[in-house]
Amino acid sequence: MADQARPETLREALAILSDGGRVAAAGCTDLFPATESQTLPGAVLDLTAVSGLRGISATARGWRIGATTTWTDVLRADLPPAFDMLKQAAREIGSVQIQNAGTVAGNLCNASPAADGVPPLLALEAEVEIASVNGARRLPLARFIAGPRRTALRPGELVTAVHVPMDTGKGRSRFLKLGARRYLVISIVSVAARVVETDGVAEALALAVGACSPVPLRLTEVERALAGRPVGELAEALDVGAVHAALSPIDDVRAEAAYRREAAVTLLRRALADLTGQGRR
Amino acid sequence: MKDTGAIRLTVNGARHDMIAPPGRRLSAVLREDLGLTGTKVGCDAGDCGACTVLLDAEPVCACLTPLARAAGGEITTVEGLTDETGTRLKAAFLRHGAAQCGICTPGMLMAAAALLRRDPSSDRAAVEDALGGVLCRCTGYAKIVDAVLDVAGQDRPVTAATGAAVGAAIPRLDGGPKVDGTESYGADLFPAGALLVRVVRSPHFAARFAFGDIAAWAPEGVRVFTAADLPGENRFGTIPPFADQPALAEGCVRMRGEVVAVVAGPPEVVEGLDLDRFPVEWMPEPPILTLDDARAAGAVQLHGSREGNILIAGRVRCGDPGAALDGAEVVAEVAIETPFVEHAYIEPEAGAAWMEGGVLVIRACTQAPMMDRDDTARLLGLPPERVRIIPAATGGGFGSKLDITLQPYLGLVTLKTGRPCRMVYTRRESMASTTKRHPARLRARAAADAAGRLVAMTVDGDFDTGAYASWGPTVAVRVPVHASGPFRVPNYHAEARAVHTNNPIGGAFRGFGVPQAAILQETLFDDLAIRGGFDRLAFRRVNALRDGDRTVCGQRLQGVGIGACLDALAEPWRDALARAEAFNAAHGGVRRGVGVASCWYGCGNTALPNPSTIRLGVTAEGRIRLHQGATDIGQGANTVIAQICADALGVAVADLDLVGPDTALTPDCGKTSASRQTYITGKAAEMAGRALRARILAMTNMGEDAVIRPEPGALRVSDGRGERRIDLVALEPDGNGYVLAAEESYDPPTGALDESGQGVPYAVYGYGAQMAEVEVDMGLGTVKVRRITAAHDVGRAINPALAEGQIEGGIAQGLGLALMEEFVPGRTENLHDYLIPTVGDMPEIRSILIEVPDPEGPFGAKGLGEHVLIPTAPAILNAIRHACGARITRLPARPDRVLAAMREAGR
Repeated sequence: MADQARPETLREALAILSDGGRVAAAGCTDLFPATESQTLPGAVLDLTAVSGLRGISATARGWRIGATTTWTDVLRADLPPAFDMLKQAAREIGSVQIQNAGTVAGNLCNASPAADGVPPLLALEAEVEIASVNGARRLPLARFIAGPRRTALRPGELVTAVHVPMDTGKGRSRFLKLGARRYLVISIVSVAARVVETDGVAEALALAVGACSPVPLRLTEVERALAGRPVGELAEALDVGAVHAALSPIDDVRAEAAYRREAAVTLLRRALADLTGQGRR
Repeated sequence: MKDTGAIRLTVNGARHDMIAPPGRRLSAVLREDLGLTGTKVGCDAGDCGACTVLLDAEPVCACLTPLARAAGGEITTVEGLTDETGTRLKAAFLRHGAAQCGICTPGMLMAAAALLRRDPSSDRAAVEDALGGVLCRCTGYAKIVDAVLDVAGQDRPVTAATGAAVGAAIPRLDGGPKVDGTESYGADLFPAGALLVRVVRSPHFAARFAFGDIAAWAPEGVRVFTAADLPGENRFGTIPPFADQPALAEGCVRMRGEVVAVVAGPPEVVEGLDLDRFPVEWMPEPPILTLDDARAAGAVQLHGSREGNILIAGRVRCGDPGAALDGAEVVAEVAIETPFVEHAYIEPEAGAAWMEGGVLVIRACTQAPMMDRDDTARLLGLPPERVRIIPAATGGGFGSKLDITLQPYLGLVTLKTGRPCRMVYTRRESMASTTKRHPARLRARAAADAAGRLVAMTVDGDFDTGAYASWGPTVAVRVPVHASGPFRVPNYHAEARAVHTNNPIGGAFRGFGVPQAAILQETLFDDLAIRGGFDRLAFRRVNALRDGDRTVCGQRLQGVGIGACLDALAEPWRDALARAEAFNAAHGGVRRGVGVASCWYGCGNTALPNPSTIRLGVTAEGRIRLHQGATDIGQGANTVIAQICADALGVAVADLDLVGPDTALTPDCGKTSASRQTYITGKAAEMAGRALRARILAMTNMGEDAVIRPEPGALRVSDGRGERRIDLVALEPDGNGYVLAAEESYDPPTGALDESGQGVPYAVYGYGAQMAEVEVDMGLGTVKVRRITAAHDVGRAINPALAEGQIEGGIAQGLGLALMEEFVPGRTENLHDYLIPTVGDMPEIRSILIEVPDPEGPFGAKGLGEHVLIPTAPAILNAIRHACGARITRLPARPDRVLAAMREAGR
């Protein structure tokens, strides 16, 4: 028999979770499509009533995005330009209906290779805050997503928030999505780029690509080669070979692998050109 | 908090204490527990948005919202959309013809209301963003967006004066319930206590199977039926001589999704059953999944009598194409491949059954009630008159709801148990098990002389017709007749074969194979024009059929409108080419292109009888009843047939009461397919109207110009010279209870095709030409269709607004066919892997209605429903090639394929 717990405090939620065998649920935008049943199957821990889990706040060390913050919440939040890519991704996740229900932590925990929320958060060097009855820990997002549909969550653990450090919440950012139609579409490729510019030079930058590897990927090698260059040269100087080497896309019903590689380069260049004031194309 | 205790829900301002699991889908709570069936369910996965409701003023998918989440919030459904914004929206939807089948309408209304309540002055971009999460398969979205943008507009309903209904853009007569959420679809109505029916389907493409201990598996109160329980002949098919499909498989399955057992019982029990544990042992066999494997020497034969897995081959031959091709000045050749295409109506198959006296009543979505009745009766071993089919409002069909699906299972359960029952397909079941557009692998050669006149064409191709016959014969026969396009081709040979595989069934889908053939022919004609140095539009105009010309079947045509359609595009064509050239001179990364394609399509069955019968009756009370048996799946038959009938009889449309469709109440109007209802049922309605009018005028000795006005108990008939009154109460009623009546049948005058395909396959053809303007991203291969200019010869536009709606909807499906739709059996059985266009994918559409009257059609009218889809894909493909050189031969034109083709072309 399906059963559902809907606690109102985190302590209660963690206690229920520690009993094991429960699926944490928030927006249910991935859980319901996975079943044809009219009721969520199995034992479910609904987190949406837990106080303190929803919303975005500035902290002394950066920004905290609560686990059950919806994509609509992200869109409406007052955030600096480094988060523009996150908002641009929020707008591309499913539809308005999905954005009103789907949550940031849900997107991470679902761990889809094509999750649009992940590349921007990788480019923000987000950390995932995890709690259990035994305490809390933090993991860099890149380590949290362990593989396609796999995370580093241990039994009894829950994502409670995503943190963006002050340092990486800087610069301007851009998210680009390529899909076979305008709305409600799974990405063929998505890219996120963030550039911190000082006196016309890229002091720091972050690039991430989605849907081109088992998990969305930060392109650290590529970034290193570009750091310190004049921003106007970034798009042109992007090392195509290094991007291709980093990615491991597959052929599927949406596109062929070779195309994904090429499109990732094109989109990265466009994102960089957009950010550095060069006209597109 | 376990699932005990009541959950308080506020819906449309009313409080309800629900005893239901907290994890139950809000959509199920609203529909099943509260009876608010205005909220529709299309996918149970958030992919279609039909179930959109407002939760605290924000749109959410009710199917993704657990009951507990909605507790404590304010829920608004379409039933509660009664504020000023909501009322105005509904009126605007009706005024603009924004609802066709109507199944997406509640979701669209809710999404739009959420936007307009927040920002009443939203612009087009904001409206598209807001509606992007609701899929519509009928309208092409144009009139929906127009309605939302015009929410503040004045409500000035178009009315038609008596005798002037034909040609008037009146709102659809059945539109009211569609825009207020009260329309009743297959899943919306069932008797109290109805058993829930589910079926066990094959997960394999090909397998033998044996049942285990079913009795031990079935919980108490649950009944299971298999082929052994079917009282009648376990074989059905839309074309009787080819009928080959069992309703319940016997020992072997030939396709995924084939049904082996029916399970019925109390809903709360049956809903929770895990049918994966049903006791059936599968012994999979190597499936045949490609045309090559099906036709290979020694291939397993799916059906014993069909050698080489060929169901049927259709042929048309005239002249000597071989010789003409050899000596021609300009020759071109193309080969194309198209995939399975899914109809993707938003309403999955649904219905209910019950007994009324000794008659089995089945109320379900359908396009063909009489065929449903006859097939279901045969399967159940009943005489046809003991089965009554009441078509529910049908949430889109496009050809797939011509074939029976759940009717025999509903019928079997009610017949065996004596209890009412109901059934709704899941989205996955619907996509896995119902018919698809045939994949095609086609080749053609054509030649022109130095002046650009076509001299010859050959076409050869295979269509994957899947496991069972369905409409495969129709496709194989239609394609050779149409593959020349509406052009003079003096030397012609075309052959098309329908080939069996273990894939889903290739059935009827808007155009019966002609859209695939048009992609072949129209891209080939671009090749010829380019190679010969002719303007692409002018090349088509030079070769277009004219009145008195003979088709490749030797049929002499009258009322040919293709020339007029192409002429209507001449100026837009010049302008678009100039615009594209100017744009391309200034841009490099994005290039624009223009393409054109044409269509023709014969209305009704190919060289086979397909009559329609219309009954008109006047009651003693003075009501005029129009028995209209043509199912309206959104295309507008309920309105158009009434408009024709009203003018023929000489009364106002409002004077007619619509009856039916219902096999117990309406004479046979055939199936809603082959673009036949406006023409054939319309003609029957015209004849019935004129017959009743003649009778009334004779009774009153009035002149031809007399006006008939019904009033309580009487008809008042007047002409310039005076007025007479028929006292209806004084007349003797007939067997149907009518004091005056007329019933007329019409069957198109066609003639059989000989072995060379020569004859008169259709009595009426419709014509069209479309021009696409596209923009191709040279770096990504993505294609944005900017504008489509569509000229369609409808003979006579009975209702111009509905005609435009057909054009816009057909273009949306054609755009999907060209750019994104590809059904991969076993892989894309949902609406997020199988993509259909969203509101954001649609171009601006300019419709041009051409009226070249047909000598045979009612008021000169021709069919339109399928024509509108045919030219879109080839026009887009030709525009892509014009923009960037990419010659797409494998559809859809996904970005990766466009980019690869661009490279091949050296760009």
